[in-house]
Amino acid sequence: MPRWLAHCVVALLVAALIALACSRVDTTWNWQGVWDYRAKFLQGFAVTVALSLAALVASTLIGGLAALLLGSKNVLLEAVGRVYVELIRGTPLLVQLLIGFYVVASAVGLENRYVVGVLVLALFSGAYMAEIFRGGLAAIPQTQRDAARAIGLTPWQALRLVILPQAVRLVLPAVAGQFVSLVKDSSLLSVIAVSELTLAAQEVNSFTYSTLESYLPLAAGYLSITLPLSALSRLLERRFKYET
Amino acid sequence: MKLVIDGLVQRFGTATVLDGVDLSTPDVESLVLVGPSGGGKSTLLRILAGLDVPVAGSVAFDGEPLPRVESALRDYRRTVGTVFQSYNLFPHLSGLDNLLLPLVHVHGLTEAEARARVREPLERFQLAGHAHKRPAELSGGQKQRIAILRALVVQPRRLLLDEPTSALDPEMTAEVLEMIGELKTLGTQFVLVTHEMGFARRVADEVAFIGDGRVLAHGTPGEVIDRCPVPRVRGFFERILAES
Repeated sequence: MPRWLAHCVVALLVAALIALACSRVDTTWNWQGVWDYRAKFLQGFAVTVALSLAALVASTLIGGLAALLLGSKNVLLEAVGRVYVELIRGTPLLVQLLIGFYVVASAVGLENRYVVGVLVLALFSGAYMAEIFRGGLAAIPQTQRDAARAIGLTPWQALRLVILPQAVRLVLPAVAGQFVSLVKDSSLLSVIAVSELTLAAQEVNSFTYSTLESYLPLAAGYLSITLPLSALSRLLERRFKYET
Repeated sequence: MKLVIDGLVQRFGTATVLDGVDLSTPDVESLVLVGPSGGGKSTLLRILAGLDVPVAGSVAFDGEPLPRVESALRDYRRTVGTVFQSYNLFPHLSGLDNLLLPLVHVHGLTEAEARARVREPLERFQLAGHAHKRPAELSGGQKQRIAILRALVVQPRRLLLDEPTSALDPEMTAEVLEMIGELKTLGTQFVLVTHEMGFARRVADEVAFIGDGRVLAHGTPGEVIDRCPVPRVRGFFERILAES
């Protein structure tokens, strides 16, 4: 059986199980009520995509910077990186969002909840990204740095021409996984009233009292972003594959 | 080249690896460093290659002392070609790109000039047919010969080779030694660390025996390998020559 067919069969089985579960909870479907709010879903979906993209770019930059801090020989810089990463990874995103929005953003007079949402999400994801990048850099053997120095490359050239091209291939799967998490984590922005996909579903649910009909499209919406992302990462992984 | 080493000391943590190396060679084309494993040969070669800075002492090639400051050391490294035991080719680049990288990024050649520069050496050493392959697709002997070419095509004043055949089987060892032997006839100057005593005897103008972090004997191959008055050195060669 070809792989794609196997995937389809398993996916259908899971769908059948969900359908069975739905049929057992005593519910009368109200798809029409939800369909009337399709524009709201689409708008929420667009906001989720836009927020995720912005946070994705920002978290990659923040993660790269923090990875440099973590790898710094300067004790103070290393400490800054370490404290950032541990604080972020040790607390729930929900708490960071609430503190970030109601305390920090208010204190500095930042009122745009979309900007705050993207910033908090990027800082959150950046901490995980930093550890991924640091691990990738550390995985390049010392012998490669020796060879780069031996041929007379400057440290910056060594990073750009020798270390990074190899490290990028190593971290690609983990980074793709982190991107998938980021897209899903953006659903928490609903708690600070960012009108993204999850908030849209919650609102439609409260307008129509049709919970399942609101949340099933929500799940499908996230899958429609995360599944292609996973597929892309597998494609890149195969393309960049080589043995050392 | 005339090599003068004076009171060279190197420590890693509490371990003293070089404990006052003194050596003054006549003006020779090739110097071969031999001796027991852990005796300090590779540590000495790394200093000669400008990769490590000794704790104390000095080294001068042809009257020019080796610098101790990193930026000056980098300039020095650009004038020599270093070859490692484990090849240290860049695995993300083809054999050809491994050769082009230092030419283009360190020595300022254009891509076309660099390609022209490497064409003849690749053919001379029967590597032209393999140059498009990544290191993972090359045999150990091919990898090491590409690595030697990478060090050679920048037209260095001398090659520094650290046990270039230790990771190779006998057939590939022969292949690499043959190449080094040919370089010798072409007039390439080199310092070589090796355990291949037959080869050392053949290509060395000068042999230095390094043991316990010191130079225990030096002179022509005959003087050091066949009739050394130092018991520690004579014992070493009697043991290993009895084996073969």
